Amino acid sequence: MTARSAARGGIWFLAAVLTLYGFAYMLYPVSTGYAMDRSLALAGRLLPVLGIVVLVLFFSNLLLEREWVRENLGVHSGPRGWFLAAVGGILAAGPVYPWYALFGGLRSKGMRTGLMAVFLYTRAVKLPLLPLLIHYFGLAYSLILFGYLTLLSLPAGLLLERLVGKQAPASPDSGA
Amino acid sequence: MPKPILNDRRRRLATSATQTLSSLATLLPILLGVVLMTGLLLEFLPVEAMADWFGQSAFLDALTGALTGSVAAGHPVTSYVIGGELLERGVSLIAVTAFVVSWVTVGSIQLPAEMLLLGKRFALYRNLICFGLSILIALLTVSSLYLMDLAP
Repeated sequence: MTARSAARGGIWFLAAVLTLYGFAYMLYPVSTGYAMDRSLALAGRLLPVLGIVVLVLFFSNLLLEREWVRENLGVHSGPRGWFLAAVGGILAAGPVYPWYALFGGLRSKGMRTGLMAVFLYTRAVKLPLLPLLIHYFGLAYSLILFGYLTLLSLPAGLLLERLVGKQAPASPDSGA
Repeated sequence: MPKPILNDRRRRLATSATQTLSSLATLLPILLGVVLMTGLLLEFLPVEAMADWFGQSAFLDALTGALTGSVAAGHPVTSYVIGGELLERGVSLIAVTAFVVSWVTVGSIQLPAEMLLLGKRFALYRNLICFGLSILIALLTVSSLYLMDLAP
C-alpha cells in the first residue's frame, strides 16, 4: 500500500466514522454525546504516546539508514533481529496504532515482516501492569502467561511470513 | 571544508522532518477515526454485560472469551479487571485467559488503520493468527498451572 493510498483511505475511514456518529446522534443523542466524551478522554491519553512516536519517527528517518535496518531488522538479521523486535515490543508504551506509521517507514527500508509481527505481539507483555495482573490472577499465572506470550511471538512472526512473505514489495513511496 | 557537511546535515534534517510530517498527516485521520470508533464501541457495547455469554463447554467458553476480547477496546487494565470479575462469577480460567490475551493482541477496532498503514494481507493474517494464539495460550497457560500444581 502506498503512502498516498493510505492517506486517501484514512480520510475515507474518518468520513465513514463521522457518518456513523451522525446516524448514532440522530437515534441516541445522549449516548452519542457520552461516546464523544470517551473519545476525547482517549485522545487526551493518546497525545503523549503520539509525541513519542513522532520523535521516534523523526529520529528513525534521520539516523536509521536503509543498510542498518536491513542488517539489524531485515531478512538476514537472525536472532538479533528477533531479540530487538521482542524487547522493543515489550518496552513500547501506549496504544498500538500510532506505531503502525513507524513500521510503514521501517518496512520500506527493509524491515522483515515477521519482526513487525513479533513487536506487535510482544506489546501484550505489559511489564508496568504486572503487579495488577498478579493481584487478579496470581504470580505463577502472570509469569507463565507473559512467558508464553513472549515465546509464541516467534512462531506468530514465522507463520505470518509464510502467509504474506518475508518482506513487503519495494515501493518508492511506501510507508506512511 | 565544513560548509558542504553543514549543508548535508541541514538537507538530512529537512528530509527527515518532511518525511515525519508526511507520516503524521497520513496517520492523523486514521488515528482520529480509531479513537472515535473506540468511544462509540465503549458506549454502545458495554463489555461487562457480555459476562452472561459464558457458561458453555471449556472450548466454547475459550472461543467466546477470544471473540469478546477481540471486539473489545480500551486499556489492558480494563481487561484484567473484567477478567477478575468473570473469574469470580465462575467463568473458567481458560475463557478468561483467552479473553485477556485477545484483548491485547487482536485489534478489530484498529483493523482499518492497520490495513491502511501495513497492508490488508498483513493486518488480516496477523489478527487471525493472534486470535488463534489467544486460545492456544489460554490452554497452555492453564495446563501448565495444573501440571505444576499451581492452579488457583
